[in-house]
Amino acid sequence: MTPTIKVENLRVSIPLAAGVLHAVRGISFEVAKGETLCLVGESGCGKSLTSLALMDLLPSRAKREADRIELDGADLLKLGERDMAKVRGSTMAMIFQEPMTSLNPAYTIGNQLEEGIRLHKGVSASEARERAVYLLEKVGITGASSRLGQYPHQLSGGLRQRVMIAMALMCGPDLLICDEPTTALDVTIQAQILHLLKDLQREFDMAVILITHDLGIVARVADRVAVMYAGEIIESGDVDEIFSRPTHPYTQGLMNCIPVPGKTAYGERLGTIPGIVPSMIGEMTGCAFANRCAYAEDICLKTLTTRELVPNHAVRCVRAEEVAALNAGLDTATASAGSPA
Amino acid sequence: MLVYTAKRILLAILVSLTVSALVFSLLYLSGDPATALAGERASQADIMAIRAAYGFDQPVYVQYFKWLAGAVQGEFGESVYFRLPVIDLILERLPVTMTLGVCAMIFALALSIPLGVLAAMYPNSLIDRAALLLAVVGQAMPSFWFALMLIVLFAYWVPILPASGSDSWQHFVLPTIVLGYYATPAFMRLTRTGLLDVLSSDYVRTARAKGLRPAKVLFKHALRNAIIPVVSLAAVQFGFMLTGSIIIETVFALHGAGFLAWESISRSDFPTVQAVLLLFSWFYIILTFLADLLNAWLNPRIRVA
Ligand SMILES: Nc1ncnc2c1ncn2[C@@H]1O[C@H](COP(=O)(O)OP(=O)(O)OP(=O)(O)O)[C@@H](O)[C@H]1O
Ligand code: SF4
Ligand SMILES: [Mg+2]
Repeated sequence: MTPTIKVENLRVSIPLAAGVLHAVRGISFEVAKGETLCLVGESGCGKSLTSLALMDLLPSRAKREADRIELDGADLLKLGERDMAKVRGSTMAMIFQEPMTSLNPAYTIGNQLEEGIRLHKGVSASEARERAVYLLEKVGITGASSRLGQYPHQLSGGLRQRVMIAMALMCGPDLLICDEPTTALDVTIQAQILHLLKDLQREFDMAVILITHDLGIVARVADRVAVMYAGEIIESGDVDEIFSRPTHPYTQGLMNCIPVPGKTAYGERLGTIPGIVPSMIGEMTGCAFANRCAYAEDICLKTLTTRELVPNHAVRCVRAEEVAALNAGLDTATASAGSPA
Repeated sequence: MLVYTAKRILLAILVSLTVSALVFSLLYLSGDPATALAGERASQADIMAIRAAYGFDQPVYVQYFKWLAGAVQGEFGESVYFRLPVIDLILERLPVTMTLGVCAMIFALALSIPLGVLAAMYPNSLIDRAALLLAVVGQAMPSFWFALMLIVLFAYWVPILPASGSDSWQHFVLPTIVLGYYATPAFMRLTRTGLLDVLSSDYVRTARAKGLRPAKVLFKHALRNAIIPVVSLAAVQFGFMLTGSIIIETVFALHGAGFLAWESISRSDFPTVQAVLLLFSWFYIILTFLADLLNAWLNPRIRVA
């Protein structure tokens, strides 16, 4: 079966005064129908630019290159702006990080929900309205038909994000991209929205790319994970595999930064990753994580590839096997030390 | 929207009253009005007679309320110079001023909004720089000087337009350009900054992510929000234009209300000066009120305030 979206060697660069910023440096992934891929990574690693590159909505200075971007088997790289606009909002839709500012203050919710489907599907005003009410109810908004006449400022952040989700689903997209959809919301609302997204994905059988920097969210919604660091995917695979056997030293560092119920003792210090992210300006050879990696050796600065260790688990680290072995040793050591004599 | 409108009306009435008191007090700013009216060589008896005839001997607040009551009914007394009802004088001249004001406003908006939009769509391009130059020149150039330059250019060197008078539409061309150009830079810069801001906003990104056509994104989602401050500014600028029309009408000898005010000041024709000032201010207040309503309609967030 062809995946809904297939991306090969995607690169995004932005010319700046100090040089060319290579913000996304050759990433590849695919997502199938009904599947959720989580893109995780710290702030500035290129997650948003990746999603904007798929939609072809990058800032005008940014340059997009790729070997392949296919949606439902169709080559998006070949599309001109007019044809790309037909794909946007209809087969491929996106939800943004900022629910408070993503709706136009001057128009009613109904107007903004309906304009996309009227353009793409050419449906009548009443059909568009019916679909809007149906989806507002689906995303858990009560009194949906009376909401259509309201303006964004009359809704809370959580409600606005629900409206944004409904808006993205108006044309029944095959691919839904969610760029940190819950970061701006408080924790209880976050949980509701994530739950909702998961339900809707099942119901509409969409491919979902969910961007986050929160491993807790990944654990709850992902089928597969791709960990990004400095514009590259440094580790990817099935969610269970990555959580049970994180292999890249950066992924391990990330996992140590979150408390694990039952494992992390109260008051125990959580791990931090020392050092800073390298500048992404100019070319870079070898491992981007080398300046912070405890396992770094000379070989790490040579050209490096992404390798599949086991099926459905790829790592971009030359010393992956050794790191894994060392860790296994460490685990046994801690286990024996912890066991009663 | 109803509560909002009521509040605005109340505010407009309060401001109108304050302004009317100010305009009225102008009468006493230059000393005793009776003495001024009577002229330098008048006798004490003449002055007393004038004082009684104009009611200057009554308490000031009585005079004010009588004057205000008259003004509300369009009754401003008689022009000291023309010996005609002031209101008739003004009504005769007002169409000229209004025509000039409206033409100048249309000229200014028609020139500045498209330029501002182009400048915002192609920042730092040739068109942006040209627009900036136009703005800098417009702000630096005194309008009477610009008026004289245009007269020299189009009435003498290339005599295609009349230099003065107000008999035909040709007479309005140069004054419209001068008065309108004066307001252009502010409109253009505001359109440009507003639109640049809005174009990088999240909701414009949402509109693009919906797959809307660029023209729809620009006109429906961006321009509508960017134009809000321009609407407020247009009302203020129209008020300035009325003031400016005093100078422009004088330079071009256009027989409008501004010219009348100018003539009346030099003739110490108090009732006429007061009436023109009061009507201009009230007109300005009504404009601001209408701009507020239009703004509220454009921007739903204001309506609740
Ligand atoms: N318009 C732009 N001009 C210049 N640099 C940019 C621009 N947009 C993004 N960048 C840079 O590109 C890099 C990647 O940005 P991106 O927004 O994709 O990060 P992100 O992973 O989404 O981060 P966050 O978690 O903070 O949203 C960052 O270093 C950022 O500073
Ligand atoms: S390649 Fe080397 S430096 Fe990079 S993560 Fe692996 S061990 Fe560390
Ligand atoms: Mg981001």
